[in-house]
Amino acid sequence: MAVAVEVARPHHTLWGDAFIRLRRNRLAVAGTVIILVIALGALLVPFISPYDFAKQNYDAISLGPSWAHPLGTDELGRDVFARLLYGARTSLAVGIFTQAIVLVIGLPIGAFSASVGGRVDNLVMRFVDVMYAFPDILLIILLRAIFGGSIFMIFLAIGLVAWVDVSRLVRGQILSLKQRDFVTAARAMGATGRYVTLRHLLPNSMGPIIVAVTFGVPRAIFAEAALSYIGIGVKPPTPSWGTMISDGYNQIFAAPHLVAFPALAIGILMLAFTFLGDGLRDALDPRLRR
Amino acid sequence: MLKFTVRRVLWLLLVLFAVAFITFSLMHLVPGGPWDREKELAPQIVENLNRKYGLDKPFFLQFGHYLWSAARGDLGVSYSYQDRGVTQILLEGLPKTATLGLAAFLLAIFIGIPLGMAAALRQNTPVDYVSVFFSMVFASIPGFVLGILLMILLSVVLHLLPTGGWGSIKQVIMPAFALAALPAAYMARITRAGMLDVMRQDYIRTARSKGLAERIVLVRHILRNALIPVMTVAGPQLAYLITGSFIIESIFSIPGIGRLFVQGVFARDYGLIMGTILFYAAAVAVFNLVVDILYAVVDPRIRYD
Repeated sequence: MAVAVEVARPHHTLWGDAFIRLRRNRLAVAGTVIILVIALGALLVPFISPYDFAKQNYDAISLGPSWAHPLGTDELGRDVFARLLYGARTSLAVGIFTQAIVLVIGLPIGAFSASVGGRVDNLVMRFVDVMYAFPDILLIILLRAIFGGSIFMIFLAIGLVAWVDVSRLVRGQILSLKQRDFVTAARAMGATGRYVTLRHLLPNSMGPIIVAVTFGVPRAIFAEAALSYIGIGVKPPTPSWGTMISDGYNQIFAAPHLVAFPALAIGILMLAFTFLGDGLRDALDPRLRR
Repeated sequence: MLKFTVRRVLWLLLVLFAVAFITFSLMHLVPGGPWDREKELAPQIVENLNRKYGLDKPFFLQFGHYLWSAARGDLGVSYSYQDRGVTQILLEGLPKTATLGLAAFLLAIFIGIPLGMAAALRQNTPVDYVSVFFSMVFASIPGFVLGILLMILLSVVLHLLPTGGWGSIKQVIMPAFALAALPAAYMARITRAGMLDVMRQDYIRTARSKGLAERIVLVRHILRNALIPVMTVAGPQLAYLITGSFIIESIFSIPGIGRLFVQGVFARDYGLIMGTILFYAAAVAVFNLVVDILYAVVDPRIRYD
Protein backbone atom coordinates (compact mmCIF):
# COMPACT_ATOMS: atom_id res chain seq x y z
CA MET A 1 0.00 0.00 0.00
CA ALA A 2 1.35 3.36 -0.95
CA VAL A 3 2.14 5.67 1.94
CA ALA A 4 1.80 9.38 1.33
CA VAL A 5 5.20 10.93 1.69
CA GLU A 6 5.29 13.96 3.89
CA VAL A 7 6.73 16.88 1.95
CA ALA A 8 9.43 18.44 4.07
CA ARG A 9 8.90 22.08 3.28
CA PRO A 10 5.46 23.63 3.65
CA HIS A 11 4.17 25.33 0.56
CA HIS A 12 4.65 29.09 0.41
CA THR A 13 3.04 31.40 -2.06
CA LEU A 14 5.13 34.16 -3.64
CA TRP A 15 3.63 36.67 -1.23
CA GLY A 16 4.03 34.35 1.73
CA ASP A 17 7.72 34.04 0.93
CA ALA A 18 8.08 37.79 0.65
CA PHE A 19 6.33 38.22 4.00
CA ILE A 20 8.76 35.84 5.68
CA ARG A 21 11.71 37.76 4.24
CA LEU A 22 10.16 41.04 5.34
CA ARG A 23 9.73 39.75 8.88
CA ARG A 24 13.43 38.94 9.09
CA ASN A 25 14.38 42.53 8.20
CA ARG A 26 14.68 44.33 11.53
CA LEU A 27 14.51 47.88 10.15
CA ALA A 28 11.42 47.06 8.11
CA VAL A 29 9.74 45.56 11.18
CA ALA A 30 10.69 48.63 13.21
CA GLY A 31 9.26 50.89 10.50
CA THR A 32 6.02 48.91 10.37
CA VAL A 33 5.64 49.01 14.15
CA ILE A 34 6.20 52.78 14.21
CA ILE A 35 3.63 53.30 11.45
CA LEU A 36 1.10 51.07 13.23
CA VAL A 37 1.64 52.83 16.57
CA ILE A 38 1.18 56.26 14.97
CA ALA A 39 -1.87 55.06 13.01
CA LEU A 40 -3.44 53.55 16.13
CA GLY A 41 -2.70 56.72 18.07
CA ALA A 42 -4.31 58.78 15.34
CA LEU A 43 -7.41 56.56 15.29
CA LEU A 44 -7.80 56.25 19.03
CA VAL A 45 -6.76 59.74 20.10
CA PRO A 46 -10.19 60.61 21.57
CA PHE A 47 -9.68 57.72 24.00
CA ILE A 48 -6.00 58.40 24.64
CA SER A 49 -6.02 62.11 25.31
CA PRO A 50 -8.69 64.02 27.24
CA TYR A 51 -7.96 67.11 25.16
CA ASP A 52 -9.55 68.30 21.96
CA PHE A 53 -7.43 69.60 19.08
CA ALA A 54 -9.28 72.92 18.83
CA LYS A 55 -10.18 73.64 22.47
CA GLN A 56 -8.30 76.73 23.61
CA ASN A 57 -7.26 77.27 27.22
CA TYR A 58 -5.92 80.70 27.99
CA ASP A 59 -4.78 79.59 31.45
CA ALA A 60 -2.21 77.26 29.92
CA ILE A 61 -0.45 79.08 27.10
CA SER A 62 2.84 77.85 25.60
CA LEU A 63 3.65 75.62 28.58
CA GLY A 64 6.50 73.17 28.43
CA PRO A 65 5.95 69.42 28.84
CA SER A 66 4.29 68.44 32.14
CA TRP A 67 2.20 65.58 33.56
CA ALA A 68 -1.03 67.26 32.51
CA HIS A 69 0.27 68.02 29.03
CA PRO A 70 2.95 65.46 28.12
CA LEU A 71 4.25 67.52 25.18
CA GLY A 72 3.21 70.95 26.48
CA THR A 73 0.64 73.40 25.13
CA ASP A 74 0.73 75.81 22.21
CA GLU A 75 0.24 79.56 21.94
CA LEU A 76 -3.55 79.16 22.31
CA GLY A 77 -3.32 76.73 25.20
CA ARG A 78 -4.09 73.65 23.10
CA ASP A 79 -2.54 70.32 24.05
CA VAL A 80 0.38 69.56 21.73
CA PHE A 81 0.22 65.78 22.20
CA ALA A 82 -3.44 65.65 21.17
CA ARG A 83 -2.79 67.97 18.24
CA LEU A 84 0.15 65.83 17.12
CA LEU A 85 -2.05 62.72 17.05
CA TYR A 86 -4.87 64.53 15.23
CA GLY A 87 -2.20 65.90 12.87
CA ALA A 88 -1.09 62.31 12.23
CA ARG A 89 -4.59 61.74 10.82
CA THR A 90 -3.93 64.50 8.29
CA SER A 91 -0.47 63.17 7.39
CA LEU A 92 -1.58 59.55 7.06
CA ALA A 93 -4.67 60.51 5.09
CA VAL A 94 -2.51 62.52 2.70
CA GLY A 95 -0.08 59.63 2.36
CA ILE A 96 -2.78 57.07 1.62
CA PHE A 97 -5.15 59.08 -0.55
CA THR A 98 -2.49 60.68 -2.74
CA GLN A 99 -1.06 57.24 -3.44
CA ALA A 100 -4.56 56.03 -4.32
CA ILE A 101 -4.81 58.88 -6.83
CA VAL A 102 -1.32 58.11 -8.10
CA LEU A 103 -2.38 54.50 -8.73
CA VAL A 104 -5.67 55.48 -10.35
CA ILE A 105 -3.88 57.77 -12.80
CA GLY A 106 -0.45 56.18 -13.13
CA LEU A 107 -1.38 52.50 -13.45
CA PRO A 108 -3.77 52.75 -16.41
CA ILE A 109 -1.62 55.28 -18.25
CA GLY A 110 1.53 53.21 -17.85
CA ALA A 111 -0.23 49.95 -18.69
CA PHE A 112 -2.03 51.47 -21.66
CA SER A 113 1.13 53.08 -22.99
CA ALA A 114 3.13 49.86 -22.80
CA SER A 115 0.39 47.61 -24.18
CA VAL A 116 -0.43 49.80 -27.15
CA GLY A 117 3.17 50.71 -27.87
CA GLY A 118 4.32 52.53 -30.98
CA ARG A 119 3.46 56.15 -31.54
CA VAL A 120 0.97 56.41 -28.67
CA ASP A 121 3.54 55.05 -26.24
CA ASN A 122 6.09 57.51 -27.52
CA LEU A 123 3.71 60.43 -27.13
CA VAL A 124 2.69 59.46 -23.60
CA MET A 125 6.28 59.06 -22.51
CA ARG A 126 7.25 62.44 -23.98
CA PHE A 127 4.46 63.94 -21.89
CA VAL A 128 5.84 62.17 -18.83
CA ASP A 129 9.24 63.69 -19.65
CA VAL A 130 7.66 67.13 -19.68
CA MET A 131 6.07 66.44 -16.30
CA TYR A 132 9.51 65.49 -14.98
CA ALA A 133 10.88 68.82 -16.17
CA PHE A 134 8.60 70.67 -13.75
CA PRO A 135 9.99 71.48 -10.33
CA ASP A 136 7.46 69.24 -8.55
CA ILE A 137 6.88 71.08 -5.29
CA LEU A 138 6.35 74.35 -7.18
CA LEU A 139 3.81 72.67 -9.45
CA ILE A 140 2.01 71.27 -6.41
CA ILE A 141 1.86 74.77 -4.91
CA LEU A 142 0.50 76.20 -8.15
CA LEU A 143 -2.15 73.45 -8.46
CA ARG A 144 -3.09 73.96 -4.83
CA ALA A 145 -3.56 77.68 -5.50
CA ILE A 146 -5.79 76.85 -8.47
CA PHE A 147 -7.93 74.22 -6.75
CA GLY A 148 -8.34 75.92 -3.39
CA GLY A 149 -10.95 74.32 -1.19
CA SER A 150 -10.87 71.27 1.00
CA ILE A 151 -8.23 68.76 2.02
CA PHE A 152 -9.26 66.52 -0.90
CA MET A 153 -7.95 69.17 -3.25
CA ILE A 154 -4.57 68.82 -1.53
CA PHE A 155 -4.61 65.08 -2.25
CA LEU A 156 -5.49 65.85 -5.85
CA ALA A 157 -2.77 68.49 -6.27
CA ILE A 158 -0.08 66.13 -4.95
CA GLY A 159 -1.45 63.11 -6.82
CA LEU A 160 -1.61 64.95 -10.13
CA VAL A 161 2.11 65.64 -9.88
CA ALA A 162 3.28 62.33 -8.39
CA TRP A 163 1.66 59.83 -10.80
CA VAL A 164 4.45 60.05 -13.38
CA ASP A 165 6.82 57.83 -11.39
CA VAL A 166 4.32 54.99 -11.20
CA SER A 167 3.28 55.27 -14.83
CA ARG A 168 6.88 55.08 -15.99
CA LEU A 169 7.54 52.14 -13.68
CA VAL A 170 4.46 50.20 -14.81
CA ARG A 171 5.35 50.80 -18.44
CA GLY A 172 8.90 49.55 -17.94
CA GLN A 173 7.72 46.46 -16.08
CA ILE A 174 5.14 45.57 -18.69
CA LEU A 175 7.51 46.12 -21.59
CA SER A 176 10.02 43.73 -20.06
CA LEU A 177 7.40 41.15 -19.01
CA LYS A 178 5.94 41.18 -22.52
CA GLN A 179 9.14 39.55 -23.79
CA ARG A 180 8.86 36.63 -21.39
CA ASP A 181 7.90 33.14 -22.49
CA PHE A 182 4.81 32.80 -20.32
CA VAL A 183 3.25 35.77 -22.09
CA THR A 184 4.01 34.24 -25.49
CA ALA A 185 2.45 31.01 -24.20
CA ALA A 186 -0.69 32.82 -23.09
CA ARG A 187 -0.92 34.54 -26.47
CA ALA A 188 -0.41 31.21 -28.23
CA MET A 189 -3.35 29.79 -26.28
CA GLY A 190 -5.46 32.58 -27.68
CA ALA A 191 -5.55 35.08 -24.84
CA THR A 192 -6.58 38.56 -25.89
CA GLY A 193 -4.38 41.59 -25.26
CA ARG A 194 -6.70 42.85 -22.55
CA TYR A 195 -6.70 39.47 -20.80
CA VAL A 196 -2.91 39.22 -20.92
CA THR A 197 -2.51 42.72 -19.51
CA LEU A 198 -4.99 42.27 -16.69
CA ARG A 199 -4.21 38.65 -15.86
CA HIS A 200 -0.47 38.34 -16.46
CA LEU A 201 1.29 41.64 -16.96
CA LEU A 202 -0.22 43.76 -14.17
CA PRO A 203 -0.17 41.13 -11.39
CA ASN A 204 3.46 40.36 -12.17
CA SER A 205 4.47 44.00 -11.90
CA MET A 206 2.75 44.38 -8.52
CA GLY A 207 5.97 44.03 -6.48
CA PRO A 208 7.83 47.10 -7.78
CA ILE A 209 4.58 49.09 -7.77
CA ILE A 210 3.99 48.36 -4.10
CA VAL A 211 7.54 49.47 -3.34
CA ALA A 212 7.13 52.68 -5.35
CA VAL A 213 3.86 53.48 -3.59
CA THR A 214 5.45 52.90 -0.18
CA PHE A 215 8.23 55.35 -1.08
CA GLY A 216 5.62 57.76 -2.42
CA VAL A 217 3.88 58.03 0.94
CA PRO A 218 6.65 59.91 2.79
CA ARG A 219 7.04 62.26 -0.19
CA ALA A 220 3.34 63.09 -0.10
CA ILE A 221 3.51 63.60 3.67
CA PHE A 222 6.39 66.00 3.12
CA ALA A 223 4.51 67.86 0.37
CA GLU A 224 1.48 68.37 2.62
CA ALA A 225 3.68 69.56 5.48
CA ALA A 226 5.38 72.01 3.11
CA LEU A 227 2.02 73.32 1.81
CA SER A 228 0.70 73.72 5.34
CA TYR A 229 3.93 75.33 6.45
CA ILE A 230 3.64 78.12 3.91
CA GLY A 231 -0.03 78.51 4.76
CA ILE A 232 -1.90 76.94 1.82
CA GLY A 233 -2.41 73.48 3.31
CA VAL A 234 -5.25 72.28 5.52
CA LYS A 235 -7.39 74.99 7.05
CA PRO A 236 -7.18 75.69 10.79
CA PRO A 237 -8.18 74.51 13.30
CA THR A 238 -7.58 71.08 11.64
CA PRO A 239 -4.12 70.22 12.91
CA SER A 240 -1.35 69.44 10.49
CA TRP A 241 2.28 69.00 11.43
CA GLY A 242 3.30 71.58 8.86
CA THR A 243 0.87 74.16 10.27
CA MET A 244 2.05 73.39 13.80
CA ILE A 245 5.64 74.11 12.77
CA SER A 246 4.79 77.39 11.09
CA ASP A 247 2.61 78.49 14.05
CA GLY A 248 5.24 77.57 16.61
CA TYR A 249 8.05 79.08 14.57
CA ASN A 250 7.29 82.61 15.80
CA GLN A 251 8.18 81.64 19.32
CA ILE A 252 11.01 79.25 18.68
CA PHE A 253 13.06 80.90 21.42
CA ALA A 254 10.29 81.06 24.04
CA ALA A 255 8.80 77.63 23.37
CA PRO A 256 11.05 75.49 21.15
CA HIS A 257 8.97 72.39 21.92
CA LEU A 258 6.15 73.75 19.70
CA VAL A 259 8.40 73.36 16.67
CA ALA A 260 10.57 70.45 17.78
CA PHE A 261 7.79 67.87 18.34
CA PRO A 262 5.99 68.22 15.01
CA ALA A 263 9.35 68.34 13.17
CA LEU A 264 10.43 65.14 14.92
CA ALA A 265 7.06 63.56 14.14
CA ILE A 266 7.44 64.28 10.41
CA GLY A 267 11.00 62.95 10.46
CA ILE A 268 10.07 59.75 12.31
CA LEU A 269 7.03 58.95 10.17
CA MET A 270 8.93 59.54 6.93
CA LEU A 271 11.84 57.44 8.18
CA ALA A 272 9.45 54.61 9.14
CA PHE A 273 7.95 54.53 5.65
CA THR A 274 11.41 54.54 4.08
CA PHE A 275 12.50 51.60 6.27
CA LEU A 276 9.36 49.72 5.27
CA GLY A 277 9.93 50.57 1.60
CA ASP A 278 13.54 49.37 1.71
CA GLY A 279 12.42 46.16 3.40
CA LEU A 280 9.64 45.57 0.87
CA ARG A 281 12.04 46.10 -2.01
CA ASP A 282 14.44 43.50 -0.64
CA ALA A 283 11.63 41.10 0.24
CA LEU A 284 9.80 41.30 -3.08
CA ASP A 285 12.88 41.08 -5.25
CA PRO A 286 15.52 38.97 -3.52
CA ARG A 287 17.80 39.19 -6.56
CA LEU A 288 18.32 42.87 -5.82
CA ARG A 289 19.88 42.12 -2.45
CA ARG A 290 23.37 43.37 -2.06
CA MET B 1 28.48 63.68 -30.35
CA LEU B 2 27.54 66.88 -32.15
CA LYS B 3 24.41 65.26 -33.49
CA PHE B 4 23.51 64.10 -30.01
CA THR B 5 24.03 67.58 -28.56
CA VAL B 6 21.94 69.26 -31.24
CA ARG B 7 19.14 66.76 -30.80
CA ARG B 8 19.16 67.19 -27.05
CA VAL B 9 19.14 70.99 -27.28
CA LEU B 10 16.15 70.89 -29.64
CA TRP B 11 14.32 68.49 -27.34
CA LEU B 12 15.16 70.77 -24.39
CA LEU B 13 13.59 73.74 -26.16
CA LEU B 14 10.49 71.69 -26.90
CA VAL B 15 10.19 70.62 -23.25
CA LEU B 16 10.56 74.20 -22.07
CA PHE B 17 7.88 75.25 -24.53
CA ALA B 18 5.55 72.60 -23.12
CA VAL B 19 6.36 73.60 -19.54
CA ALA B 20 5.66 77.24 -20.40
CA PHE B 21 2.39 76.37 -22.10
CA ILE B 22 1.13 74.20 -19.23
CA THR B 23 2.08 76.74 -16.59
CA PHE B 24 0.57 79.58 -18.60
CA SER B 25 -2.71 77.70 -19.01
CA LEU B 26 -2.80 76.69 -15.35
CA MET B 27 -2.25 80.24 -14.21
CA HIS B 28 -5.18 81.45 -16.19
CA LEU B 29 -7.30 78.92 -14.33
CA VAL B 30 -6.35 80.34 -10.93
CA PRO B 31 -9.50 81.81 -9.43
CA GLY B 32 -9.17 85.52 -8.75
CA GLY B 33 -6.81 87.85 -10.52
CA PRO B 34 -3.81 89.97 -9.68
CA TRP B 35 -6.10 92.92 -8.94
CA ASP B 36 -7.90 91.30 -6.01
CA ARG B 37 -7.60 93.67 -3.06
CA GLU B 38 -9.20 93.98 0.35
CA LYS B 39 -11.07 96.92 -1.06
CA GLU B 40 -12.48 96.10 -4.46
CA LEU B 41 -11.14 98.16 -7.35
CA ALA B 42 -13.57 99.96 -9.62
CA PRO B 43 -14.39 97.91 -12.76
CA GLN B 44 -13.01 100.68 -14.96
CA ILE B 45 -9.65 100.54 -13.15
CA VAL B 46 -9.49 96.75 -13.50
CA GLU B 47 -10.26 97.09 -17.18
CA ASN B 48 -7.54 99.68 -17.63
CA LEU B 49 -5.02 97.57 -15.74
CA ASN B 50 -5.93 94.54 -17.85
CA ARG B 51 -5.44 96.58 -20.98
CA LYS B 52 -2.13 97.96 -19.76
CA TYR B 53 -0.73 94.48 -19.13
CA GLY B 54 -2.35 92.93 -22.18
CA LEU B 55 -4.63 90.69 -20.09
CA ASP B 56 -7.61 91.63 -22.25
CA LYS B 57 -6.08 89.98 -25.34
CA PRO B 58 -6.96 86.43 -26.43
CA PHE B 59 -5.14 83.63 -24.58
CA PHE B 60 -2.91 82.49 -27.43
CA LEU B 61 -1.89 86.02 -28.29
CA GLN B 62 -0.85 86.57 -24.68
CA PHE B 63 1.09 83.32 -24.66
CA GLY B 64 2.81 84.07 -27.96
CA HIS B 65 3.78 87.49 -26.78
CA TYR B 66 5.16 86.03 -23.55
CA LEU B 67 7.26 83.43 -25.37
CA TRP B 68 8.65 85.99 -27.77
CA SER B 69 9.85 88.21 -24.90
CA ALA B 70 11.06 85.26 -22.84
CA ALA B 71 13.25 84.13 -25.74
CA ARG B 72 14.93 87.53 -25.58
CA GLY B 73 15.46 87.27 -21.81
CA ASP B 74 12.50 89.36 -20.72
CA LEU B 75 10.24 87.30 -18.48
CA GLY B 76 7.59 89.97 -18.37
CA VAL B 77 6.26 92.17 -15.60
CA SER B 78 5.51 91.36 -12.02
CA TYR B 79 2.20 92.71 -10.81
CA SER B 80 3.28 92.94 -7.19
CA TYR B 81 6.66 94.59 -7.76
CA GLN B 82 5.75 97.46 -10.02
CA ASP B 83 9.25 98.86 -10.24
CA ARG B 84 11.11 95.80 -11.55
CA GLY B 85 10.59 93.16 -14.21
CA VAL B 86 10.49 89.43 -13.39
CA THR B 87 13.93 88.87 -14.93
CA GLN B 88 15.40 91.51 -12.65
CA ILE B 89 13.65 90.14 -9.56
CA LEU B 90 14.93 86.63 -10.30
CA LEU B 91 18.43 87.91 -10.93
CA GLU B 92 18.37 89.64 -7.55
CA GLY B 93 17.33 86.43 -5.78
CA LEU B 94 19.63 84.18 -7.77
CA PRO B 95 22.99 85.04 -6.14
CA LYS B 96 21.61 84.19 -2.69
CA THR B 97 19.98 80.96 -3.78
CA ALA B 98 23.01 79.96 -5.85
CA THR B 99 25.53 80.74 -3.12
CA LEU B 100 23.56 78.66 -0.66
CA GLY B 101 23.18 75.86 -3.18
CA LEU B 102 26.85 75.83 -4.08
CA ALA B 103 27.85 75.77 -0.41
CA ALA B 104 25.48 72.87 0.17
CA PHE B 105 26.82 71.07 -2.90
CA LEU B 106 30.43 71.36 -1.74
CA LEU B 107 29.43 70.16 1.72
CA ALA B 108 27.59 67.21 0.19
CA ILE B 109 30.66 66.22 -1.83
CA PHE B 110 33.14 66.62 0.99
CA ILE B 111 30.96 64.73 3.46
CA GLY B 112 29.25 62.19 1.20
CA ILE B 113 32.15 60.85 -0.85
CA PRO B 114 34.62 60.28 2.03
CA LEU B 115 31.81 58.71 4.06
CA GLY B 116 31.02 56.30 1.23
CA MET B 117 34.72 55.55 0.70
CA ALA B 118 35.28 54.81 4.37
CA ALA B 119 32.29 52.50 4.39
CA ALA B 120 33.48 50.59 1.31
CA LEU B 121 37.08 50.27 2.49
CA ARG B 122 35.93 48.99 5.86
CA GLN B 123 33.02 46.90 4.63
CA ASN B 124 31.09 45.02 7.33
CA THR B 125 32.78 46.84 10.20
CA PRO B 126 31.20 49.36 12.57
CA VAL B 127 32.48 52.19 10.31
CA ASP B 128 30.43 50.74 7.46
CA TYR B 129 27.31 50.23 9.57
CA VAL B 130 27.41 53.76 10.99
CA SER B 131 27.91 55.26 7.53
CA VAL B 132 25.10 53.23 5.98
CA PHE B 133 22.76 54.03 8.85
CA PHE B 134 23.41 57.77 8.65
CA SER B 135 23.00 57.88 4.92
CA MET B 136 19.71 56.03 5.29
CA VAL B 137 18.42 58.44 7.93
CA PHE B 138 19.48 61.59 6.10
CA ALA B 139 18.14 60.31 2.81
CA SER B 140 14.67 60.01 4.31
CA ILE B 141 14.40 63.05 6.59
CA PRO B 142 13.50 66.22 4.70
CA GLY B 143 15.91 69.14 4.87
CA PHE B 144 13.49 71.40 6.60
CA VAL B 145 13.02 69.05 9.55
CA LEU B 146 16.78 68.87 9.89
CA GLY B 147 16.99 72.65 9.53
CA ILE B 148 14.51 73.19 12.34
CA LEU B 149 16.22 70.73 14.65
CA LEU B 150 19.60 72.35 13.89
CA MET B 151 18.09 75.75 14.59
CA ILE B 152 16.75 74.64 17.96
CA LEU B 153 20.10 73.13 18.91
CA LEU B 154 22.50 75.76 17.58
CA SER B 155 20.45 78.96 17.87
CA VAL B 156 17.97 78.44 20.67
CA VAL B 157 19.90 76.22 23.06
CA LEU B 158 23.55 77.01 22.33
CA HIS B 159 23.18 80.58 20.95
CA LEU B 160 25.94 79.88 18.43
CA LEU B 161 24.31 80.92 15.14
CA PRO B 162 21.60 83.37 14.08
CA THR B 163 18.24 81.83 13.14
CA GLY B 164 18.18 83.34 9.70
CA GLY B 165 18.72 86.25 7.39
CA TRP B 166 21.35 86.76 4.78
CA GLY B 167 24.70 88.54 4.60
CA SER B 168 27.23 86.77 6.79
CA ILE B 169 28.93 83.39 6.69
CA LYS B 170 27.30 82.44 9.99
CA GLN B 171 23.88 82.74 8.36
CA VAL B 172 24.82 80.30 5.60
CA ILE B 173 26.06 77.45 7.80
CA MET B 174 22.78 75.97 9.03
CA PRO B 175 20.74 76.23 5.82
CA ALA B 176 23.68 74.83 3.85
CA PHE B 177 23.95 71.80 6.14
CA ALA B 178 20.19 71.29 6.08
CA LEU B 179 20.22 71.37 2.27
CA ALA B 180 23.35 69.23 2.00
CA ALA B 181 22.15 66.32 4.14
CA LEU B 182 20.10 64.58 1.46
CA PRO B 183 22.59 64.79 -1.43
CA ALA B 184 25.42 63.87 0.95
CA ALA B 185 23.51 60.74 1.93
CA TYR B 186 22.90 59.86 -1.72
CA MET B 187 26.52 60.39 -2.66
CA ALA B 188 27.70 58.27 0.26
CA ARG B 189 25.43 55.43 -0.82
CA ILE B 190 26.47 55.59 -4.44
CA THR B 191 30.17 55.98 -3.67
CA ARG B 192 30.01 52.94 -1.41
CA ALA B 193 28.18 50.83 -3.99
CA GLY B 194 30.47 52.00 -6.80
CA MET B 195 33.64 51.28 -4.85
CA LEU B 196 32.48 47.84 -3.76
CA ASP B 197 31.73 47.06 -7.37
CA VAL B 198 35.06 48.30 -8.71
CA MET B 199 37.11 46.70 -5.93
CA ARG B 200 35.93 43.27 -7.08
CA GLN B 201 37.10 43.78 -10.66
CA ASP B 202 39.99 41.84 -12.14
CA TYR B 203 41.98 44.90 -13.09
CA ILE B 204 42.22 45.89 -9.43
CA ARG B 205 43.72 42.51 -8.61
CA THR B 206 46.09 42.98 -11.55
CA ALA B 207 47.10 46.42 -10.29
CA ARG B 208 47.86 45.01 -6.86
CA SER B 209 49.70 41.98 -8.21
CA LYS B 210 52.04 44.10 -10.27
CA GLY B 211 53.16 45.64 -7.00
CA LEU B 212 51.52 49.06 -7.08
CA ALA B 213 51.31 50.89 -3.78
CA GLU B 214 47.87 50.60 -2.19
CA ARG B 215 47.47 54.37 -2.32
CA ILE B 216 48.00 54.42 -6.09
CA VAL B 217 45.59 51.53 -6.62
CA LEU B 218 43.02 53.41 -4.60
CA VAL B 219 43.39 56.79 -6.25
CA ARG B 220 44.16 55.81 -9.83
CA HIS B 221 42.24 52.62 -10.29
CA ILE B 222 39.44 52.42 -7.80
CA LEU B 223 38.37 56.03 -7.25
CA ARG B 224 38.56 57.14 -10.87
CA ASN B 225 36.16 54.41 -11.87
CA ALA B 226 33.98 54.37 -8.79
CA LEU B 227 33.24 58.09 -8.99
CA ILE B 228 31.66 57.98 -12.46
CA PRO B 229 28.24 56.95 -11.17
CA VAL B 230 28.59 59.61 -8.46
CA MET B 231 28.90 62.19 -11.21
CA THR B 232 25.57 61.18 -12.71
CA VAL B 233 23.78 61.97 -9.47
CA ALA B 234 25.91 65.01 -8.71
CA GLY B 235 24.75 66.86 -11.83
CA PRO B 236 21.03 66.90 -11.19
CA GLN B 237 21.70 67.44 -7.49
CA LEU B 238 23.75 70.53 -8.29
CA ALA B 239 20.92 71.83 -10.42
CA TYR B 240 18.36 71.31 -7.67
CA LEU B 241 20.61 72.81 -5.03
CA ILE B 242 21.52 75.90 -7.01
CA THR B 243 17.93 76.57 -7.92
CA GLY B 244 17.28 76.14 -4.25
CA SER B 245 14.84 74.79 -1.80
CA PHE B 246 12.05 77.26 -1.24
CA ILE B 247 11.15 75.80 2.12
CA ILE B 248 14.67 76.07 3.51
CA GLU B 249 14.74 79.65 2.25
CA SER B 250 11.45 80.33 4.02
CA ILE B 251 12.60 78.83 7.32
CA PHE B 252 15.90 80.69 7.37
CA SER B 253 14.40 83.92 5.94
CA ILE B 254 16.74 83.96 2.94
CA PRO B 255 15.50 86.36 0.24
CA GLY B 256 16.20 83.90 -2.58
CA ILE B 257 14.19 82.73 -5.58
CA GLY B 258 12.18 80.15 -3.66
CA ARG B 259 10.72 82.74 -1.35
CA LEU B 260 9.83 84.95 -4.30
CA PHE B 261 7.78 82.12 -5.74
CA VAL B 262 5.81 81.65 -2.53
CA GLN B 263 5.08 85.38 -2.42
CA GLY B 264 4.09 85.25 -6.07
CA VAL B 265 1.52 82.50 -5.42
CA PHE B 266 -0.07 84.50 -2.63
CA ALA B 267 -0.21 87.70 -4.67
CA ARG B 268 -1.51 85.81 -7.76
CA ASP B 269 1.46 87.35 -9.48
CA TYR B 270 1.24 85.45 -12.80
CA GLY B 271 4.44 86.91 -14.14
CA LEU B 272 6.50 85.94 -11.14
CA ILE B 273 5.07 82.39 -10.89
CA MET B 274 5.58 81.77 -14.57
CA GLY B 275 9.09 83.18 -14.54
CA THR B 276 10.17 81.13 -11.54
CA ILE B 277 8.86 77.81 -12.87
CA LEU B 278 10.39 78.39 -16.29
CA PHE B 279 13.66 79.43 -14.73
CA TYR B 280 13.81 76.31 -12.51
CA ALA B 281 12.88 73.99 -15.36
CA ALA B 282 15.43 75.57 -17.71
CA ALA B 283 18.21 75.48 -15.12
CA VAL B 284 17.62 71.82 -14.29
CA ALA B 285 17.36 70.81 -17.95
CA VAL B 286 20.54 72.66 -18.94
CA PHE B 287 22.49 71.19 -16.02
CA ASN B 288 21.39 67.69 -16.94
CA LEU B 289 22.43 68.22 -20.53
CA VAL B 290 25.85 69.49 -19.50
CA VAL B 291 26.32 66.48 -17.21
CA ASP B 292 25.36 64.07 -19.99
CA ILE B 293 27.96 65.61 -22.26
CA LEU B 294 30.64 65.71 -19.55
CA TYR B 295 29.83 62.10 -18.82
CA ALA B 296 30.89 61.06 -22.30
CA VAL B 297 34.08 63.08 -21.93
CA VAL B 298 35.01 61.38 -18.65
CA ASP B 299 34.00 57.86 -19.60
CA PRO B 300 35.20 57.05 -23.11
CA ARG B 301 33.05 53.90 -23.18
CA ILE B 302 29.95 56.06 -23.43
CA ARG B 303 28.98 57.09 -26.94
CA TYR B 304 25.75 58.73 -27.82
CA ASP B 305 24.95 57.98 -31.42
